[in-house]
Amino acid sequence: MSAALLEVTNLSKRFGGFVALDGVSLSVAKGQRVGLIGPNGSGKSTLVNCICGTLHNEAGSVHFEGEALDGMVAHERTHRGVARSFQLPRPFVTLTVADNLRVPLLYTAHVRRGGHLTVAEANDRCAELLGLVGLADKGQKSPKELTQIEMRKLELARAMAAEPKLLIADEAMAGLSQSEVNDIVALLINLNERGITIILIEHIMRAVMSFSQRLVVLVSGKKIADGDPQEVVQHPEVVGAYLGQ
Amino acid sequence: MRSPVFFLVCAAVGIAVFIFGKVLNNDYFFFAGYTVLQYVVLATGWNILGGYTGYVNFGSAAFFAIGAYSSVVLHKTIPLPIPVLVLIAAVISGVIGLGMGYLTLRLRGSFFAIATLALAVVLQTLVVNWDFVGGSRGAYIIRPNTVPIIGSYIEYLFLIMLALAVIALTVARVIERSRLGYGFATIRDDELAAEACGVPTLRLKLIATTLSGALMGMAGAPFPYYIGYLQPSSAFGLEYAVNSIAMPMIGGTTSWAGPLIGAVLLGTLQQLATVTISSAVNLLIVGLLLTGFVIIAPSGILGLVQKYWKGRDVGFVGRRRVSAGGS
Repeated sequence: MSAALLEVTNLSKRFGGFVALDGVSLSVAKGQRVGLIGPNGSGKSTLVNCICGTLHNEAGSVHFEGEALDGMVAHERTHRGVARSFQLPRPFVTLTVADNLRVPLLYTAHVRRGGHLTVAEANDRCAELLGLVGLADKGQKSPKELTQIEMRKLELARAMAAEPKLLIADEAMAGLSQSEVNDIVALLINLNERGITIILIEHIMRAVMSFSQRLVVLVSGKKIADGDPQEVVQHPEVVGAYLGQ
Repeated sequence: MRSPVFFLVCAAVGIAVFIFGKVLNNDYFFFAGYTVLQYVVLATGWNILGGYTGYVNFGSAAFFAIGAYSSVVLHKTIPLPIPVLVLIAAVISGVIGLGMGYLTLRLRGSFFAIATLALAVVLQTLVVNWDFVGGSRGAYIIRPNTVPIIGSYIEYLFLIMLALAVIALTVARVIERSRLGYGFATIRDDELAAEACGVPTLRLKLIATTLSGALMGMAGAPFPYYIGYLQPSSAFGLEYAVNSIAMPMIGGTTSWAGPLIGAVLLGTLQQLATVTISSAVNLLIVGLLLTGFVIIAPSGILGLVQKYWKGRDVGFVGRRRVSAGGS
């Protein structure tokens, strides 16, 4: 296994008296496809928010490629290669679909390439990404005109436009039909084959099992299982958490 | 159209308007035109923060007054040509804009708007109690009747405001089509998603408050010379706060053209109402139009145009190509 890309150590986060994350540790190697599951309120989104800088952890640390991310604001983490898609799509509604992709290209890819992204390169990359997610003919549309699956694809394409090393897809398949779920799983595997490490947070177990090389389970802010997906789903604590003791 | 070309076209239109005024040979044209152009600059300045980033500033009259009172202070200490006063006013109001941004930009929505209103109240209180600039009594500015080459002083002031309007529109258009403009638009739409895309939202908001403050201050700098007698109630007038918000809202807030359309339309209507009915009816006109537009066309006149084009199936009339360079 290659070196750890993301190293989360004893991460804790509280909201008043509620403990959302309680000493969670997680190590993700370069190129891995990791599934992260847990019941509602288990702390999955809080963990993502702490990794991406939307929330700041009270204890513990997050290292990315050996560099501590603690104290960095969200856009600085994005510049270092951590990108995310949101549970509920959050497109920039006054911009076109293509312009939604131009934003991370201009603000992150541009910075990551040392300010050497030309207009032509940005436009080519934009067209390439739209083609990759199947939105090639929607570039000049408003995001408001997209269907649910197209909106999800736009979210993923926008995260991809930041040229990430780690992509965190937060419930990218919620509300989609079976065939649409298959499309998104195929897309995520395609992205992973291009060298991007992916953490998938999802409730649809069929999708998680077909996507993940490794499965992590959170319950009540604690990690209760981590390992081979087939073994993890047989774990008594995982079965208990999902089906009740 | 490239930005230098846009600037030249604006300048050419401005010169044509000035020549038209000369041919008309009526001082009132320049007198009323100055006010309309002043609103073009003020509304364009407000729109950089309020329209492009979506942070509604109720304190625009304060920035206008900072520009006006900085001219009064300099007039009393080191008399300088008006273009130099405009530059100094831009720097002072830009710095105050930056300070306001630093203090308030962790606030959002109505909380931010109320904080900017509070800034206007605090500054007005300071000016009212500052004897050097006349306090509540106000300050007189004795201006010459003529200036060399141009002739009439009101024509000179008109030309200055015309130049400021051309500069303000060019700045707004350059921003809109640059990397900075994309960043501003993402702040308006969704700050959380903007940060996730790598947009440094706090830094961009500070740039927006500084630029917006500087342009609004520039609009106020020649005002003491225009009005001749400056008092706090005229510099911090309600009409500046209301018009600078209403004009972009009526024209459309997502483009440089919106504040221009709104300012020319409303400003001209107000001037017509002043000479035909009464100046007191001005704010009524603004209120009625604003209410009508908020109900019928919340995206302003530009929004209506976009809707029309969309109806003709030419796709979403959104943003266009951008330079990868820039801020």
